[in-house]
Amino acid sequence: MMLGYYFQIALHSLRRNVALTALMIAAVGVGIGASMTMLTTLVAMTADPIPDKSSQLFVPQIDVSGEASKAHNDKWIPRQLPYHDALALMKLQPDVRQAAMYQVSLNVRPAQGDPFPAAGRATGADFFSMFEVPFSSGVAWDHKAEEGRDNVVVLSSRLAGRAFPDAEAVGKTISLGKHDYRVIGVIRPWNPIPRFYDADAWAWPNGDDFFLPFRVAIERQIDAVNYDCDATELPLDWAGRLNSDCPWVQLWVELPAAAQVRSFRTALQNYAAEAQRLGRFQWLPLVALRNVSEWLDTLGIVPNEVRVDSMIATGFLVVCLINAVGLMLAKFSGRAMDLSVRRALGASRVNLFVQCLTETLIVGLLGGVLGLALTAAGLAALRGLRGVSHSDATAAQLLSLDMKMVAITFAVAVLTTLCSGLYPAWRASRVQPGWQLKTQ
Amino acid sequence: MEILPVLRALRHNKVGAVLIALQIAATLAIISNSLSMVQQRLQWMHRPSGIDEAHIFALTNTWTADPSDLHARIAGDLAALRSLPGVVDAEATNTTPLAGVEWHWPLARGSDQTKFAAWTAIFLVDEHGLDTYGLKLSAGRWFKPEEVGEIRSGQTKFPPVVVITQSVAKDLFPAGNALGQVLYFEHAGSSRIVGIVETMQRPSDTAGWGNPWREYSVFTPFQYVNNGILYVVRTKPGEQAALLRAAPAKLMSLTRERIIENLQPFSEIRRNAERGNRATIIMLAVLNALLLTITAFGVIGLTTYWVGQRRRQIGMRRALGARKIDILRYFHTENLLIAASGCVLGVALGLLGNTWLAGRLEIHRMSLSYACMGALIVLVLCQLAVLWPALRAASVPPAIATRGL
Repeated sequence: MMLGYYFQIALHSLRRNVALTALMIAAVGVGIGASMTMLTTLVAMTADPIPDKSSQLFVPQIDVSGEASKAHNDKWIPRQLPYHDALALMKLQPDVRQAAMYQVSLNVRPAQGDPFPAAGRATGADFFSMFEVPFSSGVAWDHKAEEGRDNVVVLSSRLAGRAFPDAEAVGKTISLGKHDYRVIGVIRPWNPIPRFYDADAWAWPNGDDFFLPFRVAIERQIDAVNYDCDATELPLDWAGRLNSDCPWVQLWVELPAAAQVRSFRTALQNYAAEAQRLGRFQWLPLVALRNVSEWLDTLGIVPNEVRVDSMIATGFLVVCLINAVGLMLAKFSGRAMDLSVRRALGASRVNLFVQCLTETLIVGLLGGVLGLALTAAGLAALRGLRGVSHSDATAAQLLSLDMKMVAITFAVAVLTTLCSGLYPAWRASRVQPGWQLKTQ
Repeated sequence: MEILPVLRALRHNKVGAVLIALQIAATLAIISNSLSMVQQRLQWMHRPSGIDEAHIFALTNTWTADPSDLHARIAGDLAALRSLPGVVDAEATNTTPLAGVEWHWPLARGSDQTKFAAWTAIFLVDEHGLDTYGLKLSAGRWFKPEEVGEIRSGQTKFPPVVVITQSVAKDLFPAGNALGQVLYFEHAGSSRIVGIVETMQRPSDTAGWGNPWREYSVFTPFQYVNNGILYVVRTKPGEQAALLRAAPAKLMSLTRERIIENLQPFSEIRRNAERGNRATIIMLAVLNALLLTITAFGVIGLTTYWVGQRRRQIGMRRALGARKIDILRYFHTENLLIAASGCVLGVALGLLGNTWLAGRLEIHRMSLSYACMGALIVLVLCQLAVLWPALRAASVPPAIATRGL
């Protein structure tokens, strides 16, 4: 009842000085628009890619290069493991879900049309359940198929559609590199951004197009894309690569219980110490067992540009709010007369204060609407500038608004405007009615 | 000028004045830092790559089967490309400037090869490299055909002779006698320097900041033998458009068992490399333009309000003999005082913020001149913004002083 009255008066008062009102709304809107554009980008880039499991999935790392141990900096531990270490670490807790994997790139020869290259991943059977990969048809391979070195492959829906445009891919045979594989599953579009499960999270913006059993890939000597060592340390022959200390295999382990994490960590430390005792290392290698968020932290996912931009956008918001305080001060002082009359007619200071805040609330709401529109426009402009096309759906999702961000944008707009209205409203409510009315 | 009365009047509007000053300070802190960042990026974007950019295009080639006679196939492709009319020269190599992907090897200072000096980019070229890239030799000579060896992916071999850029020469041989000296790599390998080119930008020199070894490039006389190779072609002026079609067609006519990708003129490679920087520059420019607009409107809004409050006093001054220009000057002086104090605070804030940013984000320190330039922009803008309300004040009729008494 009272609130409706406040709103009425507020609207009336805002209409009386349209220019000043528009200026306030524009200031709030532009400030919100600029800062929320940057914040949305930042939030998208730092979001947890697998929220329900990010504290259960771990990457074990060993400093085989020695640089991290010498510098006492565990951020420098190689992101991948030598092949033989990855196999040995998988025996530490043989009963948990775990998958060794590496990035490959092979040429696809479709039945019709020209061959084309595709990015893929050689990985273990547990990969799909660990990372909750959604299947649209078929299934993943199981441990038995991997032991039996079955020639099977799981395709992305994109590759399945390209290689088998007219038919269901499952059950067909596809030629990848030098060999043929039987398609046993097709996954739904699944491309977490950043591609956190890989050591090179920003490579392959379109995600992996096929998944091969790790053991099959090793047996067929399919080359890895990322070797984390100098070219001088990498043997040319395949057996040499399997035995070398060059890190090129990634290991993910799922440890749901804290006790499992503790015992895995201890076992990892013992493994490293034992390797040093046997004379493999001249240093005690640093080890790390990182969960998803710690892993993302070491990858340095957020580019400097985005950090700088969001700092500038925050400063921008501050300027816009100072601006709003000034304008509101001007606005309310111009209304000293009506406020005095209301005060003289019996309104309390609290009444006037709430009245003034209602006005700022309306400015905040309208500013929020404008800010939302500007945020959407800003994100569209950013997509254009950074060269993300619309067909690149998953990358575009990085720079788009979802309902949560819409709600946050609105809340920020209203809250900050209300805060900036506190002081002007307080001052306006201290008006001296006698003095004001006498001067007229 | 009558500063004292202006100051005395400001005492009645402390909060408004402080708010405007704060706003100006924050605005200045942001725009001076942005100016400095934009300038750094522009500087990076305008550095020369050292090659004949206007006439070069590149494409990557992969054979679909893994042929065993790679060396012969590459030689055949190169002969075909070089024979095309309009082609100056062609080269099979691992990468180009600004392409993003690079090979880098560690250089050492001194013959004991233990003291790390720099990471240098490695370009694999043959005797056609100088002409293909259109490089400028500043000393020595290019490679002879008999010096060109063979290197495979993942292999590290140190050639007997190398050509380096002036940046490498200056760093490792500050006395200026690099030609004929031995270039040492860390831990292993050494090569004699037979030539020095003016510059060759690195492939990975795409970030706006951070890389301390920017034009560190070493040419090694190796034919890169790999299934997955980059062909670089330099054309005569005006021939590029036609050859962008003719070159892949020619390669396809040799065999269709290949995948040709990333066919692009160098201008496109450059555009891709600069995309992030360009986006940042445009965004900073837009943000700062908006920021200045908002601050200007803040000044207009508050001054308009003050003018409204002081109509009677203005009328009195006019009645007592003040000219319009005096009223105008009064508001400009008032604004100048507020803006100047805001700027002093803003310069300090801007430098402080820059120090903080530089410590965290590896960006360059801002020089004081950017802060001063920003302050000048803000001051001029505020003076312009105050003009309109001040003109309204000046048009207050003197008669208002007598009304309502």
